[in-house]
Amino acid sequence: MLELLSFGDQGWGDEMLLAGLMTILVSLSSVCLGLLIGVILASFKLSKSRILKLIAEVYTTVVRGVPELLVIYLLFFGGSSAVMYFAKMFGYDGYIELNAFTIGTFAVGAISGAYSTEVIRGAILAVPKGQFEVGETLGMSKFQMNLRIIFPQVARLALPGIGNVWQITLKDTSLISVTALVEIMRQAKVAAASEHEPFVFYTTAIVLYLLITTGSNKFFNRAEKKFSKGFVIEEST
Amino acid sequence: MYESFFKLIKGIPLTLEVVIISTILGFFLAILVALMRISKKGYLNKTAYYFVYAVRGTPLLLQIFFIYYGLAQFSFIQDSFLWIVLKDPFWCAIIALTLNTCAYSSEIIRGGIQSVSKGYLEAGSALGMGRILSFRIIMLPLAIRQALPAYGNELILMVKASSLVSTVTLMEITGIARKIISQTFAPIEIFLVAGSIYLLINFLITRGIKAAENKLTPDLA
Repeated sequence: MLELLSFGDQGWGDEMLLAGLMTILVSLSSVCLGLLIGVILASFKLSKSRILKLIAEVYTTVVRGVPELLVIYLLFFGGSSAVMYFAKMFGYDGYIELNAFTIGTFAVGAISGAYSTEVIRGAILAVPKGQFEVGETLGMSKFQMNLRIIFPQVARLALPGIGNVWQITLKDTSLISVTALVEIMRQAKVAAASEHEPFVFYTTAIVLYLLITTGSNKFFNRAEKKFSKGFVIEEST
Repeated sequence: MYESFFKLIKGIPLTLEVVIISTILGFFLAILVALMRISKKGYLNKTAYYFVYAVRGTPLLLQIFFIYYGLAQFSFIQDSFLWIVLKDPFWCAIIALTLNTCAYSSEIIRGGIQSVSKGYLEAGSALGMGRILSFRIIMLPLAIRQALPAYGNELILMVKASSLVSTVTLMEITGIARKIISQTFAPIEIFLVAGSIYLLINFLITRGIKAAENKLTPDLA
């Protein structure tokens, strides 16, 4: 049983570990894309424009209310044709196929973005009003104020929520195994099928996911401690 | 559009069946796990903790595959009585979803139980109630009321999670959607129709939970 997981040509050990790295990479890029979407949509939600509010509201409701798998199918089957459609508008007439990593990142990032929006919105609302007024009093421009006063506080307040979003996103990446991207889930499927040992490889996959979640839990706990220096952490009871 | 709509609504009964069975089973198991988590016995507490940790730390898709393909590998399982359940993708999916919702809701219920103030229970014992009786008629209703909003979210997550059972050949809404997409190559249309069905189900759940909340909090309504 152990030689199945050995490194080198005989075993699948190195393949599984590489797949683990791929899972981490896709998760990282999806979370980054998600945070970008989150910042934009959160500012939409807090803006005074009704249209922008509506756009953000519809986006988060739809993405959070529809199964992740459906979103992934939409982008997997519709992503390339959508890109080709836009390329045609700019005069490019060839065939474009997006690779599995890009589609996966966009699909999982889009889902992650809906959750990040709520986290970031909550964090912005939690910054005391006085902080904004201080910036004005000091004669800062809006950009300076956001960069120097608001952003650091939003980042600190959003950190626990971002930790949750990271966990969700990490697990959602297993769904893009349907698009043939070789991450943990896909690799385990392939290995299980070719060796007829599903138990061994799915157990390995479980261990890999648990290692990643445990590691990232530690990381986020440490980060929260570091960034809440000088603040009283409210223990939830 | 109409055609795909009529094909997709045929998946609704299976989606609901999977969600309802596993939610009910998961709810009762979750109460058990929540009680283990707050018990003072170390081994009960630890077992529940690691169970919840493992379920929450791994993707549901992997859990479904582990139960359906992974366990089926062993001949001693194929020979045992468990095989009646484990050979059937439907029951494997139910097991995976039940364990999943059990882990998540046990944390929600634990939060609910711990939010009930001790005074109520003391009042119960002052009235001569036994531990089980006071748990049933004092603790549980209060805990449920407290936990209801979070539990509503969990129900929505369950409806979404049920889409994964399509990966083990069960043709519920998402399974049918995938089949039509690969036949017609009309992903956007199918997404809109299937997505609307899910949104409608989730909307009804949200409404139902809201109504239950109002009913359970007469003093606030």
